[in-house]
Amino acid sequence: MAAETKSVQNFVEKPGMLAELRAEIAAGRTKATDLATAYYDRIAAKNPTLNVYLSLTKERALEQAARVDALAAKGDPLPPLAGVPVGIKDVLVMQGAPATAASKILEGYRPPYDATSVARLEAAGAVLLGKINCDEFAMGSSNENSAYGPVRNPVDIDRVPGGSSGGSAAAVAANMAVATLGTDTGGSIRQPASFCGVVGVLPTYGRVSRCGLIALASSLDRVGPFAANVRDAATLLGAIAGHDPKDATSLAAPVEDYATESDKPVEGMRVGIPAEYFGEGLDPEVRAAIEKGIDALKAAGCTVKPVSLPTTKYAVPTYYLVATAEASANLSRFDGVRYGYRSPRSENLAAMYRHSRDEAFGAEVKRRILLGTYALSAGYYEAYYRKAQQVRRLLAEEFLRAFAEVDAIVTPTSPAPAFKLGEKTGDPLSMYLADIYTVTASLAGICGVTVPCGSTRAGLPVGMQVLARHLGESTAFRVARAVEAAKI
Amino acid sequence: MSAKVTMEDVQRVAELANLELEPDETVRMQQDLNAILDYVAELNELDTTGVEPLEQVSELEGSAGVLRPDALEASLPRPTVMPQAPDTDGTFFKVPKVIER
Repeated sequence: MAAETKSVQNFVEKPGMLAELRAEIAAGRTKATDLATAYYDRIAAKNPTLNVYLSLTKERALEQAARVDALAAKGDPLPPLAGVPVGIKDVLVMQGAPATAASKILEGYRPPYDATSVARLEAAGAVLLGKINCDEFAMGSSNENSAYGPVRNPVDIDRVPGGSSGGSAAAVAANMAVATLGTDTGGSIRQPASFCGVVGVLPTYGRVSRCGLIALASSLDRVGPFAANVRDAATLLGAIAGHDPKDATSLAAPVEDYATESDKPVEGMRVGIPAEYFGEGLDPEVRAAIEKGIDALKAAGCTVKPVSLPTTKYAVPTYYLVATAEASANLSRFDGVRYGYRSPRSENLAAMYRHSRDEAFGAEVKRRILLGTYALSAGYYEAYYRKAQQVRRLLAEEFLRAFAEVDAIVTPTSPAPAFKLGEKTGDPLSMYLADIYTVTASLAGICGVTVPCGSTRAGLPVGMQVLARHLGESTAFRVARAVEAAKI
Repeated sequence: MSAKVTMEDVQRVAELANLELEPDETVRMQQDLNAILDYVAELNELDTTGVEPLEQVSELEGSAGVLRPDALEASLPRPTVMPQAPDTDGTFFKVPKVIER
């Protein structure tokens, strides 16, 4: 028993290395139930400061852990994520557990089914610890838009963890889960992963099912993993990726063994550097860290060459028009009729809709609904929404041309490290500009990985974004592994 | 694309979106929308004549038109779904009066 406890403690103190964890459980040296309990103890200790978890799913987690322990005791083969404690961003539904999307409007809602990505994680042996804080309806870049209070960055609690999946990034950074799921519409996995110093994955659009994801912008939304290292993130993606008949945009292409693929060397790979991501507005310390990362790729045998992505400067306005237009349509379903919050001021049907929505939506959600409705309204549709979709094609085609020349493109994930709480809340536009390097891949549908790439003098993490073509996840993981191995 | 959003525009759009804004919210939203729309007007610099709008990326992934068969399937049972509603008799969703006599 003492040995078991020590083994659990080792994993809690040193997260990651899923394969090693699985071997420990298979050998009976670590019990999945003990590990889950140890993580709940950690959550209880850290959550009052960091505000990462919104609700815990202990009963379900401990039942799953007991199933894993029973398999191990029988000597049966263990699934790839056996006993791995994971947390789920609260825009993905778990049957019977609260699903808030960090909004008051879903108060009391208990979804009757599991999101496909959640069900697949559990089928792969993962232990689902609970639901994790984020920006309301995934709208935000700092996690300050949650109706349940901001998440704090474990690296420096006066700073934001990024957003919208700020809680998912912070959970891994603070080891309140070995891995987590988040969602990325314009950078919501990559930017917080870089702010918290962990790995985050943007899978190709359609690679992971959106079934059970509370929609923000349906043509952009992706589900992806966070982990402490690249190989674990690759293992996670392998477990959740694949075709799902319940999502009409889900891709039928076979799922590669990303973890094994990520082991391959990068020698001879062509890596593109777009000057547009290294111009005005890039923090000099971030630039210096990313340049070290590029040097490491050269040292590992990559050929580095410039690529041109001139439409990049139009990506943020394009993104905010497309995303808000789609969000305004998606969020019309929250009307106080079928689930969630209904205003007591519901004297007639119209009043019920309007008061329920006004009382329960936060300011950023209303701002985006209004912008999206405006961009779609008669007289403005051509000038705004259609124009943005045309620019979206130019951006996507530019990436396709670049990927004819190179295997991967590397950039900073964010122009600056994590900012202070409250620093940008008064100015929505300055918050939107935090997404300047991430919205491009979102619009083009391509995939990417953000990997820790050094830090600033103040100790704030810097992330490098590695982008690859549609379904090029294995390539992105390989390049990210090489950056990780350089320990910048 | 240089339209200035007026207070009336904000109220009209709020009505379309079924949002009942408080007066101070309307003022704030008018300022924010104008700032954001001024910024997105940058897109006017780009000539997009003859560019087909890209509505979603499936065509770039070579996967357009993969649809499941249109077959009947059972949906979730009422006893599972209806208790989520703020007001229900178990069979129907109940809402306030729609038409005033």
